[in-house]
Amino acid sequence: MSGRRAGLGLLAVMAACTGRQADPPAGAAAGTATTGPVAAPAAPGHWPASFGLGQAAPAARIAALDVDARPDGRGLPPGRGSVAEGELVYRAHCALCHGATGTEGPQTVLVGREPGDSFPFARARANRARQTVGSYWPYATTIFDYVNRAMPQNAPGALSADELYAVTAYVLFLNEIVPRDAVMDATTLPRIRMPSRERFVPDDRTGGPVVR
Amino acid sequence: MTGSGTPGDTPISRRALLGALGSVAAVGVVRTRRDAVDLLAAQTAPTRIPRAVGRLPSALGDRAPGEQPRRLVSTPALSGSSLTPLQDLEGIITPADLHFERHHGGVPAIDPESYTLLIHGMVERPMTFTLRDLKRFPAVSRICFLECSGNGRRAYLGGDIPTDLTPQLIDGMVCTSEWIGVPLATLLREVGVRPGATWLLAEGGDAVLMARSVPLAKAYEDAMVAWGQNGEAIRPEQGYPARLLLPGWEGNANVKWIRRIEVTDAPVMTRDETSKYTDVLLDGTARQFSFVMDAKSIITFPAYPYALPDRGWWEIRGLAWSGRGRISRVEVSGDGGRTWSEAELQAPVLPQCTTRFRSLWQWNGAESLLLSRATDETGYLQPTLQALLSVRGEGSNYHANHIRAWKVARDGAVTFGLGELL
Repeated sequence: MSGRRAGLGLLAVMAACTGRQADPPAGAAAGTATTGPVAAPAAPGHWPASFGLGQAAPAARIAALDVDARPDGRGLPPGRGSVAEGELVYRAHCALCHGATGTEGPQTVLVGREPGDSFPFARARANRARQTVGSYWPYATTIFDYVNRAMPQNAPGALSADELYAVTAYVLFLNEIVPRDAVMDATTLPRIRMPSRERFVPDDRTGGPVVR
Repeated sequence: MTGSGTPGDTPISRRALLGALGSVAAVGVVRTRRDAVDLLAAQTAPTRIPRAVGRLPSALGDRAPGEQPRRLVSTPALSGSSLTPLQDLEGIITPADLHFERHHGGVPAIDPESYTLLIHGMVERPMTFTLRDLKRFPAVSRICFLECSGNGRRAYLGGDIPTDLTPQLIDGMVCTSEWIGVPLATLLREVGVRPGATWLLAEGGDAVLMARSVPLAKAYEDAMVAWGQNGEAIRPEQGYPARLLLPGWEGNANVKWIRRIEVTDAPVMTRDETSKYTDVLLDGTARQFSFVMDAKSIITFPAYPYALPDRGWWEIRGLAWSGRGRISRVEVSGDGGRTWSEAELQAPVLPQCTTRFRSLWQWNGAESLLLSRATDETGYLQPTLQALLSVRGEGSNYHANHIRAWKVARDGAVTFGLGELL
């Protein structure tokens, strides 16, 4: 079934998006999460080419639902927001759960960097609380994408594109990733290089006797 | 006893008559043979206690009053979970109303009549499918487990492991169902995937639009858009009216209430595949897209808070499963891992499915440490906690599939005993 070639192809895809040169893991053939044919399996011979079910999706319908924002900037909507504007959005919608400066909680701590941008999270359970946007999140576009989907928790979807860019800028500023005068939009946000970007590696578990 | 003829006309036996006369002498009403016969019949008939008439047929059944297994709501929040009572279940199928929950924005109320699934992106024909459309495609059934990748986290505390854990608290986020749906490959064939596509984004219709990127290879291999679960429509908590099902892969990627699939050439890098559901490692990296749930097992009987009432023969029972295929072997130890014996696997043994195991064990009254360890068909052996800790460290937060242990004290009390091994 799953081919080693397909598995390596996927690793290459991942390497391309993480910017890392992935080494093919030993024995990546059997049971790897992401191996398998990338060509569609053949349909049973007696099946029609199409079942004629479903409706062609109008472009407006697609645009209304297609909310994802990707690391290369695809999907980011028009709009812009500054750090200063973001501070107002943050105070109004975020500070109650994440704290006045993003470090206090009670919900997820958003702000904090590790000394030298080290990555000590596996070493102690207590370090998990330090997995902040600044110390852990590998892509800045994820902030926009996630806040757009899920925040604020009592009214997800309530923020405008400008507000989303602004609060993204503010969270990046609090994490000392952008300066106070930064403005985020569909061009500037994908250019942000997050400190932890190189830390993320593809799954190298393959089944078989090795514990990883 | 009396004769077999008609009372009143038939002679009664001398012994019976004497007995009747003797016992009712005080009553003084036996004047004729018929009097004696009537009296005798009244005295020898058993007391009649009528049986209660049962409940009439009903539109919906109930569980027996004494059998009321319940989920345990472990995080009462919008982004919360509830756990399945593994210790109360039989066989491998989880009743749908006891299937664990994990969701990030509450359970949405979706009208099945207006529901649609949009498939677009790198496709020739972007399409929407209604629930009726989905159900008209050739359907498939798959019995497999579904497990949250955070399952087992409570038993992964490194040196500070509680003893008052039940199977429900440790591993209550794994369940098995028969899922019915349409293979995602069928839907992708219908829309025509363009060359160069390698991933897709699956997005839910819940309040937080929970979304995960999934390799296209998995979509072609065995992914399904499911609408049926254990003989009925999928329950609202499990994704009604339709969800993504990725056999053997971490629950979070099995997006519920699926509203949109976008075929892409790269992962979207959503929050739940970057900030969450990634595995920090001691070498200073974090493993990403660690979809497969590795082999795991847990003894569900005897387990806390049960106490063995006597010594003697007991059948150790539990569940084993692997996201990489079938369980090929489960071993059980009664002495903390010094010796192991192979457990019996209860058919059916299905790929990416929980498998029941049983093992006879004679308890001699000594303090004992019960363990189980599963091997799957790739040869992967369920690791010890120390083995996982040596690679992933204490900070690891997902995929805690290490060996579980139960300590049987001399008084028969069973407690979670993993700390005994540290």
